[in-house]
Amino acid sequence: MDPIIILHAGLATGTVLLFATIGELITERAGILNLGLEGMMLIGAMAGFSTSLATNNPWLGLVVAMLAGGALSMAHGLVTIHFQADQVVSGLSLTFLGTGIAMVFGEGLTGQNPPTIPVIDIPGLASIPWVGPVFFENHSVLVYVGYLLIPAAWYFIHKTRPGMHLRAIGEKPEAADTMGVNVYRLRYFYVFVGGCLAGLAGATISLAVSPGWYSVQTTSGQGWIAIGLVIFAQWDPLRAAVGSYLFGALRRGILDLQGPPTLFGLTNPLYVNSNWGFFLQMTPYILTILALVLGARAAAKKRIGAPAALGVPYIRGERGL
Amino acid sequence: MPFKLVLEKRVKDVPPWYPFATSIGSVVIAFIISGLILKLIGGQPLEVARYFFTAAFGSWAAFSDTLVKATPLILVGLACTVAFKMKLWNIGAEGQFYMGAFFASLVVLLPILPPDSPKIVVIGAMMVMGMIGGAIWGFIPGYLKARFSINEIISTLMLNYVAILWNNFWIFNTWSDAGFQMTPTFPKSAWLTRVTDYARPYKAFMQNTDSGLTRFLESIGLERISGMTLHLGVVFGLIAVVIVWWLLERSRWGYEVALIGDNPHAARYAGLNIARNIILVMMVSGALAGLAGMSEVTGVVHRLQERISPGYGFTGIIIAWLAKLNPFAVVPVAILFGGLILAGREIQPSGLAMMLQGFILFMIISSDVLLRYKIRFSK
Repeated sequence: MDPIIILHAGLATGTVLLFATIGELITERAGILNLGLEGMMLIGAMAGFSTSLATNNPWLGLVVAMLAGGALSMAHGLVTIHFQADQVVSGLSLTFLGTGIAMVFGEGLTGQNPPTIPVIDIPGLASIPWVGPVFFENHSVLVYVGYLLIPAAWYFIHKTRPGMHLRAIGEKPEAADTMGVNVYRLRYFYVFVGGCLAGLAGATISLAVSPGWYSVQTTSGQGWIAIGLVIFAQWDPLRAAVGSYLFGALRRGILDLQGPPTLFGLTNPLYVNSNWGFFLQMTPYILTILALVLGARAAAKKRIGAPAALGVPYIRGERGL
Repeated sequence: MPFKLVLEKRVKDVPPWYPFATSIGSVVIAFIISGLILKLIGGQPLEVARYFFTAAFGSWAAFSDTLVKATPLILVGLACTVAFKMKLWNIGAEGQFYMGAFFASLVVLLPILPPDSPKIVVIGAMMVMGMIGGAIWGFIPGYLKARFSINEIISTLMLNYVAILWNNFWIFNTWSDAGFQMTPTFPKSAWLTRVTDYARPYKAFMQNTDSGLTRFLESIGLERISGMTLHLGVVFGLIAVVIVWWLLERSRWGYEVALIGDNPHAARYAGLNIARNIILVMMVSGALAGLAGMSEVTGVVHRLQERISPGYGFTGIIIAWLAKLNPFAVVPVAILFGGLILAGREIQPSGLAMMLQGFILFMIISSDVLLRYKIRFSK
């Protein structure tokens, strides 16, 4: 129960949620709700894992994982952007589809050991007391990529011209269209970006954080937690990072609580009867709901909400609201 | 590109046979794509298809097993239909199913009724408890949505995991049968009547007489029904179909639900209590899924155990959508998917049935565009 170990491991586990949450956040900022996160993550986890196995190159695995997640997301893009299908149902079917395809192609991958993404220290920063051992030592390269993604996503969304277009097509697509922004093309693009990041999140599990392919257990519902975190984060990358790492540490802390025979000098009930662990395992799911309740209250107070056109298909020339 | 794809909005309504045609076409295309993928990874799609058909519909015994799988699917399909009618995305039928199974089992395990109670009382109590369990699990997300506008997709999904873990605790800890991940078998008074139960009394009766009646019964192959596991739950399902149809299509409440689903603004101006209806619809939906859990516990496994559902709750979503939210259409679709799940259990790779379901749902929603638009190629 060393807090440094839990925080350290929490950052690694949280990186999975971070990639998925920021990807979904960007997609939703463009006005498209993609509930297929779990399916895209599983496809990414499977594709990355099997590519690394076949080529002995985990980096190529990451690329393939991102392309696989992105490719699957394009199915959602086509159906929701051009066919104007219901985004909720399309996202759900994407989950089925991704899970099924990942299971079919992942047959026989369990138990294999392909090369994984290397673990490194950041020279200099790692020697800072307390901060170094938690943030900059003995982490997968992907964890550091995650650190960079947070400010990059924030800066892109809030401070750049393409970021302004992204927000515009999610808030008022008809106005963006009038300004000469190609709403359809940009929406496809950001659905693809979200898919790539979801695929990366999946590969982060199978090639870095807990290497291996365990069929549907590989993601065990983290895609859905990420969708909850987007709402909790109020579509802001900084808040998304806080939520992701918090949940990562929580998932990790739950595992660690079941190990030691004594906790804080008392007998550990989880050690005596491991069945109590079932209640502990419920906490991330219950906390996701609680986070939504808190997020909803804060958002109501500050009048922040979802992007105005989220989930609404844009039909050019047919109506302007 | 030399040609451009143009979507042209339909002015007139499509003919009534059109939605059926697109649905069937979607299923066929989904089968073809899945077959091609199977071929790609070195499988034999035609062999698998033949196996699918024989294992699910090849004989009366197989069909009986298919109907056993279809029974919970009819009920969860209806559960999703009720919720989707109001555009409430109840993705939590799986958790409501588990809670229904848990609450129904309490009647025997706690026990609520003395062990020697007559069957009709036990089954009745289990039905009520199962529906209460599911309704509670539907009430929570319903209340959260009505009171805090919490997205019901996330809350119902999270509650699925909670329900499964909750069930596991009691199965592993309190009611474990000799350390196994299941409770002891329930007494026969908590078993739903099965077709095979009728085979035995008739057999005894036939040995003693040699009448025209026995010869007739033999000629239709009465012995065939022995071993058939089809149980009374299918009757619950069919009754529920009629009730849900009446509720949605004929009652005043069903009209309110449809109005809120189609146009919440108009519904609010009309003075409908939306918050109350959200909670009510979620509870009705949960109760139907809970009844499915009760039917599975009392009709099939006869105890509470781990993994009583291979994802029925999620398949219910596809069924409701494929049936275009028509309660009667839920039945044939549930039978198709029952066969798919039954045959899919023994097919490698194991994800094939799941992938097929995904393609079917995807094709269905894609084909919906054909109902609203004409597709034209122009220069």
